[in-house]
Amino acid sequence: MKRTAVLLMAVLVASGVVWAQGLLINGAGASFPYPIYSKWFDVYHQKNGNMQFNYQSVGSGAGIKQVTEGTVDFGASDGPMNDEQLKAYQDKRGSEILHFPTVLGAAVPTYNVPGVSATLNFTPEALAGIFLGKITKWNDPAITGPNKGVNLPGNEIVVVHRSDGSGTTYIWTDYLSKVSDEWKSKVNKATSVNWPVGLGGKGSEGVTALIKQTPNSIGYVELIYAAQNNIPYGTVKNAAGTFVKADLKSVSEAAAGAAKDMPEDFRVSITNAPGKTAYPISSFTWLLIPSKIQDNAKRDAIKGFLTWMLADGQTYAEQLSYAKLPKEVIEKEKKAIAKVQ
Amino acid sequence: MQGAGPISGSRSFLSKLREGDEIARLITFIFAASVVLITISLVYELWIGSALPRHKFGLHFFVSQDWDPVMDQYGALPFIYGTLVTSAVALLLAIPLGIGASIFLAELAPPRISDTLQFFIDLLAAVPSVIYGLLGIFIIVPLIRNVIYPALNKPFGFLPIFKGPSYGVGFLTAGIVLAIMVIPYIISVSREVLLSVPRDQREAALALGSTRWESTWKVVVPFAKTGIMGSIFLALARALGETMAVTMVVGNSPKIAASLFAPGYSIAAVIANDFTEATGELQTQAYIELGLVLFLLTFILNGLARILIIVTTQKGSKVSN
Repeated sequence: MKRTAVLLMAVLVASGVVWAQGLLINGAGASFPYPIYSKWFDVYHQKNGNMQFNYQSVGSGAGIKQVTEGTVDFGASDGPMNDEQLKAYQDKRGSEILHFPTVLGAAVPTYNVPGVSATLNFTPEALAGIFLGKITKWNDPAITGPNKGVNLPGNEIVVVHRSDGSGTTYIWTDYLSKVSDEWKSKVNKATSVNWPVGLGGKGSEGVTALIKQTPNSIGYVELIYAAQNNIPYGTVKNAAGTFVKADLKSVSEAAAGAAKDMPEDFRVSITNAPGKTAYPISSFTWLLIPSKIQDNAKRDAIKGFLTWMLADGQTYAEQLSYAKLPKEVIEKEKKAIAKVQ
Repeated sequence: MQGAGPISGSRSFLSKLREGDEIARLITFIFAASVVLITISLVYELWIGSALPRHKFGLHFFVSQDWDPVMDQYGALPFIYGTLVTSAVALLLAIPLGIGASIFLAELAPPRISDTLQFFIDLLAAVPSVIYGLLGIFIIVPLIRNVIYPALNKPFGFLPIFKGPSYGVGFLTAGIVLAIMVIPYIISVSREVLLSVPRDQREAALALGSTRWESTWKVVVPFAKTGIMGSIFLALARALGETMAVTMVVGNSPKIAASLFAPGYSIAAVIANDFTEATGELQTQAYIELGLVLFLLTFILNGLARILIIVTTQKGSKVSN
């Protein structure tokens, strides 16, 4: 009697679990957009109760790897896949992988200089010099030049960077590669690079903790992180010569500027974008969607989500401090959804 | 009459199996064998998974200082150096403190105090390593910057190990945090070993006219020497593999520097930081090869600890006869 009861329970529970699942779509990738993806998948599930999107924020690199291996249905990355990775996907899965920009993010310079509470202005040359280890003191002319009226001490600069591989590092090094030939040849851009100088902090939290604890330090964090944790950050001089403080407007400006020359596959870097009020260290973040999805239900679900994301989804971006996609990009993406078959 | 034959190999295996003893033996043997199998398959996977960089770099992997994911050049020396230095600093601090405390607890303290303190020490050992990392960032980093660095750098700054600026994080900070983490291990095991030294040894020493301290230091501790050495090896094994606490306070800078105040890196820390974002086969496999190096290091040291413990028990049983 007891045995049959236990067996019956087990069968009921198992079937219950299966029944409650509905359609489950798995994705993995970048941690930077995790808050907004989380919100989107939750809202979308409320509207379409029979499907569930499950997203693991394991990092852009892992996201690219897993979507190439086929262990997840879609991936997400802060940096576009390079040609080598595209080819690897083609070889492994026999079809193309498509990039869909979702929101915009930015990296901002944060610092801790004793006695300085003003917002500092940084030129590209100053940032490149500091992170290359060439500019070593806070009262270097490259830094004091655009900051007249601020009393910068002659202390040694302590550089702080990310120790873990990260999309924010990708954005930062991508920008530095564009504005400094020396950086491009010595270090180049990637989610994880061989930093010439500096301490490494794990995650934006680690970098912030180090900067708070270390006087005379400078580092970079995501705009969202700085905004939500009330961390002071500086302005950066953009390609048009204006010192711009990163906020949702200036980041969207950067994307609008690049929208005109956007390539068909959306793999574009918008750092150092043209535009008077564009913030120069901005970037898209992408969803990586296979162009061929075998399962009809999954394909329709993903296409439905993408359409929703480009319309209603964008309204959730601002409240979570992400910048919306510009209209031109949304229009182009809507047409590209048809490529998912 | 079946199965009731003489107690020898003439009974079939199946008939032996019907008795509980044989089944128990088989099952427990399988469990024991599976542990060995898991270890072997772990090493096998690490070996296979690191094929690319092993063929590309060979032994150069162990001597190159250049870890560049963009250029796809990988040299493990800064990480091996950092792992060894932080562990060495940790042991240098933990051994005197740990052995001193264990002597106090085993020999000199009243049993009630000894048991109470042992409870707290076990508590320390159970604290997760991330908490130690936070302790490091918020308490030890300012301590280094404001107290320890000025105290060591001003008078002894000419020595290479105390030279240069301090950022708060670095080899010394990581070493101190690791020392706090491994002291409970040394105390627990050493205290057990010291308590297990036979009473006659102490009584004989005292009877021959030695003071309390002399009997402890000159008779009891040497008797327990191999067990204490075993505890040190266990502490070393933990220090080598510690990941989160180290990465939060070591500075995460893959550079070799003589100064203890300089930032550095360790094998476990770099794998934890970079592995999930690794792109490309060579980079991913390079981290796996680092894991293999760390595994071998820990395996060798654990093996030595095992052997020492075996030698201790043999020696102990021989002497007490």
